[in-house]
Amino acid sequence: MTTVTSRPTTVELEKPPELEVLNMTKQFGSLVALDNVSLHLKPGTFHALLGENGAGKSTLVKCIMGFYMPTSGKVLIDKQTQTIASPRDAHKYGIGMVYQHFTSVPAMTVAENLVLSRYDSANVINWQREYEQLQTFMDTAPFQVPLDVPIAQLAAGQKQKLEILKQLYLKSKILILDEPTSVLTPGEADEVLGLIREEVTAGKLSVLMISHKFREVTAFVDEVTVLRKGKFAGHGFVKDLSVADMAEMMMGERREPNPVEKTIHPDPKAVLEIKEIHANKDNGIEAVCGVSLTVHSGEIVGIAGISGNGQRELVEVLAGQRVATSGQIVVSGSPYRATRAEMFKHKVFALPEEPLRNACVPHMTVAENMALRTFDRTPQSHGVLLILKAIRQMAQGLIQQFSVKTPSPETPISNLSGGNVQRAVLARELSAQHINLLIAANPCFGLDFAAVEFIHDQIVAARNQGVAVLLVSEDLDELLKLSDRIMVISGGEFVYESSIAEADFAAIGRSMAGH
Amino acid sequence: MAAEALGWWGVPLAIAAGTMRGGTPFLFVSLGECLTEKSGKINLGLEGTLLMGAMSAYAISYLTGSPWLGVLVAGIAGVFLGLIHGWLSQQPRVNDVAVGIAMIVFGSGLAFFLGKPFIQPSAPQLATINLAAAGAPPALQSALQISPLFLLGVAIAPFLHWFFKSTRWGLFIRAVGDSPDAARAMGLSIFNVRMLSVVAGSFLAGIGGASLSLYYPGVWTERISSGQGLMAVALVIFARWNPIQCLWASLLFGGAQALGPALQSVGIEQGYYLFNAAPYILTLIIMIITCSPKRTLTGVPGALGTDN
Repeated sequence: MTTVTSRPTTVELEKPPELEVLNMTKQFGSLVALDNVSLHLKPGTFHALLGENGAGKSTLVKCIMGFYMPTSGKVLIDKQTQTIASPRDAHKYGIGMVYQHFTSVPAMTVAENLVLSRYDSANVINWQREYEQLQTFMDTAPFQVPLDVPIAQLAAGQKQKLEILKQLYLKSKILILDEPTSVLTPGEADEVLGLIREEVTAGKLSVLMISHKFREVTAFVDEVTVLRKGKFAGHGFVKDLSVADMAEMMMGERREPNPVEKTIHPDPKAVLEIKEIHANKDNGIEAVCGVSLTVHSGEIVGIAGISGNGQRELVEVLAGQRVATSGQIVVSGSPYRATRAEMFKHKVFALPEEPLRNACVPHMTVAENMALRTFDRTPQSHGVLLILKAIRQMAQGLIQQFSVKTPSPETPISNLSGGNVQRAVLARELSAQHINLLIAANPCFGLDFAAVEFIHDQIVAARNQGVAVLLVSEDLDELLKLSDRIMVISGGEFVYESSIAEADFAAIGRSMAGH
Repeated sequence: MAAEALGWWGVPLAIAAGTMRGGTPFLFVSLGECLTEKSGKINLGLEGTLLMGAMSAYAISYLTGSPWLGVLVAGIAGVFLGLIHGWLSQQPRVNDVAVGIAMIVFGSGLAFFLGKPFIQPSAPQLATINLAAAGAPPALQSALQISPLFLLGVAIAPFLHWFFKSTRWGLFIRAVGDSPDAARAMGLSIFNVRMLSVVAGSFLAGIGGASLSLYYPGVWTERISSGQGLMAVALVIFARWNPIQCLWASLLFGGAQALGPALQSVGIEQGYYLFNAAPYILTLIIMIITCSPKRTLTGVPGALGTDN
């Protein structure tokens, strides 16, 4: 006690402020995104904000950060009401946010990005002095990132670390993290969150983290506040709550995660054979360095890997979006070059990542996008004429069957939310009578629990009917749940392979990291 | 003609001189376009800006007798066209390339309309710096007359390089051009940064126009630019958005342009038009070499020409 009172000023400076949100409401026109929500972030605690997509989590933190003006309600910092009109104001009170998407400039170096992020930097930059100061800062930071490397060359984990370092560099005392681990491997996520946890335990930081992952919440978080449909749905200490309790608060009903039921497929045949495929990245550097793989009917083969290790290029080659520099793809015994005719003949379907970019025409309607596979065949066309009525009817059926939330089949698909675009593409790809091969890449990226479960069920159902599934994902939990066989890609080569029964979590993590 | 007395030696000499003369407008326009594109906008309209600059520089120089005032007004004419482009091209659902083409037509049309009375009279030219000794052959003397505008351009290139690397504003422009989302998260106004970049780029292009009409060829005609503004856009790609490389690329293009006249001056008449087409052929070759469906360009600003 005496030591604390003898140096009160430094202790005061080190301590993060207390943040309270009182009765905050935010309306967008007639839509109430946030309805009378309160939240209390005590100094030196790790607080999680839970909720499904559209529950108002992002709206709440954007109101705190000054991106949005709340319709009513107030923010208290150290018991004083403060108006935060812009992120710059938030910075003044020591609040900094790490966004879900990286906000560093890809073509600039780490040092340039850090200097740029400062609000008070001089007009002319003395690089020698800045480098010295940055190096001093890096030496004391919880994790290190090389200063003179362009962001584009950093791995996802390093980028996420940089985003957090940026806030520490700006001397933020309250960190708001928006799903900070969505692009990290479990190992990287544990490392980053663990180091932040140490700073919190030391009393140097308060953290408010938006998360979907209960594993991380139970491992690192002190308190949770749960939102549901824009309203406050619960609060509590993690030590008093079970995962089922938290899930119940989020979804309003108790729901156990249902295990996937797999049936063994009789008489498996090789459907997809990849032989020594090589492919280049956009910049001409080799990304896929000779991979070979066979997927049998009624089997899900999972490919794990940290993004940027060639899996994107491999999927693009399989989907016909990229030309392989050498190697061969064989589907059902005959060579496959991903032409439209071959896709139709061999019944190959794909669920690529970022479906709006890779599998949709954004300005076309939902119905037109759902007909992209079939519009040139009967009954949707007659000679050169399209039968619009048939296209519309099919779309209506699929919208209902796959519960795609869209105002009408005539809405441009780019107006739909990410989860519904994903559902619409899934509907198109899985609606065919016969499917031989399904190629899926990160099919659940950024979706909420309900949507993830739905998509997982659909993929397993397809597998049980004898479809060969190649599943590329950055989410190891997803791969372990769905796959029959798992492979790890690192540096453009497969470095690990095992059946799911014999899969070793630690070995997979090590081979993903390239060891 | 000047090269005649020196015989075949006149060819490299004429090309060297032409490099400095003909390279000057390329240099200014490409530096202007480089600045504009670094902020993520494309300004094809610099062809129109170049003509407008050439016309206004010539007219002001003729009317006031001061060629330097002409240079300044050429820059201001560029600013005027840049404001239109910067505002129009940032409206929702407006495409930079379409606006740029409209601005080529508008800028050149305006220049031809206002410039009609100035085709005949001869305006005072910018003074040049003579590098050759007084006793040197006259051909050498005329070849080594260097425009202060050329030197200015040569100085601007490294300045711009330093500006992008070591100033806050330079970093802002690169951030806006490479990742508007990141810039927005920093609280920057994308509109203002791009507006200022487009306007400053157009100012430089206007001065490039002044070098056409007040230095080389030193007249005002409607065919004076012959597409140099558009070639400068290709040149920026060739230079990988690097101001220093813009300088070398401009000199290369200027040299290519001087090839035809240099060969003509030593009596090679055959294929004259073909040699005059050298810069255009060079543009095509560069486009073919640099554009590949399998590779992305290094150095290209991430948000160049996109809608956000």
